[in-house]
Amino acid sequence: MYSYNDFDEAFVRSRVAQFSQQVHRRIDGSLTEEEFRPLRLMNGLYLQLHAYMLRVAIPYGTLNPRQMRQLAHIAQTYDKGYGHFTTRQNIQFNWPKLPDVPAILTALADVEMHAIQTSGNCVRNVTSDHFAAAAADEIEDPRPYAELLRQWSTDHPEFQFLPRKFKIAITGAPNDRAVTAAHDIGLRLVKNDKGEVGFSVLVGGGLGRTPMIGMVVREFLPKEDLLPYVEAVLSVYNTLGRRDNKYKARIKITLHETGKEEITRQIEARFAQLRPLFGGHDQDLLAEITEAFAPPAFRNAPVDAYDAFYKADPVFRAWADTNLAQHRNDQYAIVTISLKAHGATPGDASADQMRVMADLAERYGHNELRISHEQNVILPHIHKGDLPAVHAALVQAGLGTANVGLISDIIACPGMDYCALATARAIPVAQQIATRFDELKLEHDVGPLKIKISGCINACGHHHVGHIGILGLDRAGVENYQITLGGDGTETAVVGERAGPGFAYDEIVPAIERIVGAYLEHREAPEETFLEAYRRLGLAPFKAALYPSEGKKDAA
Amino acid sequence: MARFTPKVVTANALLEGDVIYLTADDRWTRLHHEAELIEDEAHAQLRLVHAMAQKSVAVGAYLADAKAGPDGPEPTHFREVFRTRGPSNYPHGKQAELI
Repeated sequence: MYSYNDFDEAFVRSRVAQFSQQVHRRIDGSLTEEEFRPLRLMNGLYLQLHAYMLRVAIPYGTLNPRQMRQLAHIAQTYDKGYGHFTTRQNIQFNWPKLPDVPAILTALADVEMHAIQTSGNCVRNVTSDHFAAAAADEIEDPRPYAELLRQWSTDHPEFQFLPRKFKIAITGAPNDRAVTAAHDIGLRLVKNDKGEVGFSVLVGGGLGRTPMIGMVVREFLPKEDLLPYVEAVLSVYNTLGRRDNKYKARIKITLHETGKEEITRQIEARFAQLRPLFGGHDQDLLAEITEAFAPPAFRNAPVDAYDAFYKADPVFRAWADTNLAQHRNDQYAIVTISLKAHGATPGDASADQMRVMADLAERYGHNELRISHEQNVILPHIHKGDLPAVHAALVQAGLGTANVGLISDIIACPGMDYCALATARAIPVAQQIATRFDELKLEHDVGPLKIKISGCINACGHHHVGHIGILGLDRAGVENYQITLGGDGTETAVVGERAGPGFAYDEIVPAIERIVGAYLEHREAPEETFLEAYRRLGLAPFKAALYPSEGKKDAA
Repeated sequence: MARFTPKVVTANALLEGDVIYLTADDRWTRLHHEAELIEDEAHAQLRLVHAMAQKSVAVGAYLADAKAGPDGPEPTHFREVFRTRGPSNYPHGKQAELI
């Protein structure tokens, strides 16, 4: 994986020094909050409901064990012993104190990490497929391009004051695990008729109060045109994007108001101007970066231990069935470590758990860890012969939950338990749904089902693309939860449909149970997933299950 | 004109970020029930201006709805209730620290 060069190191260190001075000046009164706020946000520091929150970037969700251990150290030393992994593949610390933030940023810089551009109207952390360079279905590792974009966008003078924040996601596989269609720019590596690899470029996707699926503005972009083309998109957005209304400032609105044809024309015109200015240094840099992402030296060894355990141990088998994904090397598997133990907070890991995961990555996983946007941790390269040992260690650390992709593998934003913007809680709803379906012992029977919960309309919990989406709102001073159905965040992305009136806090779990009950009743066979059944049946049977009394009223 | 709903002045502490409330004797307290319950709109604005002037102590001061209770002011909105105790998923924040 990529390692900082002298330039990166000097830049991050100078930003730590600069922000440390700013913190001191805020504390001694030389800076007002109005002056300090934009500075702290540029460095990932928020003031939330009960405390400060520091959002640390994990570029394209890739970490090494040393970095994971440092996150554990920070959690233990400066926070309450845990960290929260987010849907942006970042980690958030919920309880840092302002005077400690310079020390935390220094500790991050010691392991080539930072919190720069995790907030503000700039290009945010570039997200990617958490199975990158391991997945069997991949065309090419997307991370060298993500790293190139990270270097290009970090402190880019033209793009530090965009109309609004800007999110780029990139996938190297046709099965889109990076929700590229819901990003300001979505990049998909594709092959054209000649067998050349390039990008399909989507623009204008996003969730939030106006959810939209991105539109393809370029079917095939040669790889070497990536930076000038992305720069052209941002340049056009920087010019056209609205600064008069925060709610209309994202590029999805610009695209809608300008029209796809016109904005494409402007992007191409700007691209024609910019392309000649890129003399090839970007490609030299990309070549260097690509070397850093060379695949590990995969081991060639028997996988008998795996086969034997799979046959003999039902607990291991259940975990293997849900938490493993196919690796490009037949002797290997991709392990998803569930941070969704039933009843626990989605995405949270204790310092001890972080250390266990770091140790496993070091001992068995070619020194790589990933954070998924679904708030789990991935060991992308585990030899199958080592899986029984890895599983045993995970179980011991409370990380052995066999539920990836099932109903209890819920995405939830921090909601009103932490976030100052939230309008309702999200975490306890997730905890209760997971606990309830664990009691019912139904989740393996229900099969693949993605529930995603947001505690406000900004949709950090991706509820629009959940098979079942839950949006927490404040309705006349009471928490109220709206349900959307049929959302999909993959290559067949679609925004879910609102089911009807919302439910009170104590009604939401029974409502989810009724939806699942309707699915079990109406599915053609256990092989028909919830999403497939929804697509075949539409909203009606689920609505009838959700609002039984209304059906009776209509009949009367 | 709509009747004025009683208020407390609340903010976050600059150093820790913890929720704080303005008392009648110009202190900042971590306890909601020690806050000054303000029943007059003009007085509320004065108290808010006073709070906002304390830039090296309090951040983001605002007026939050409250009502009188047996032990002092009580929050009325659920967001303010959460702010008096901390998150619901862990025993962290005020609910742990003020016992």
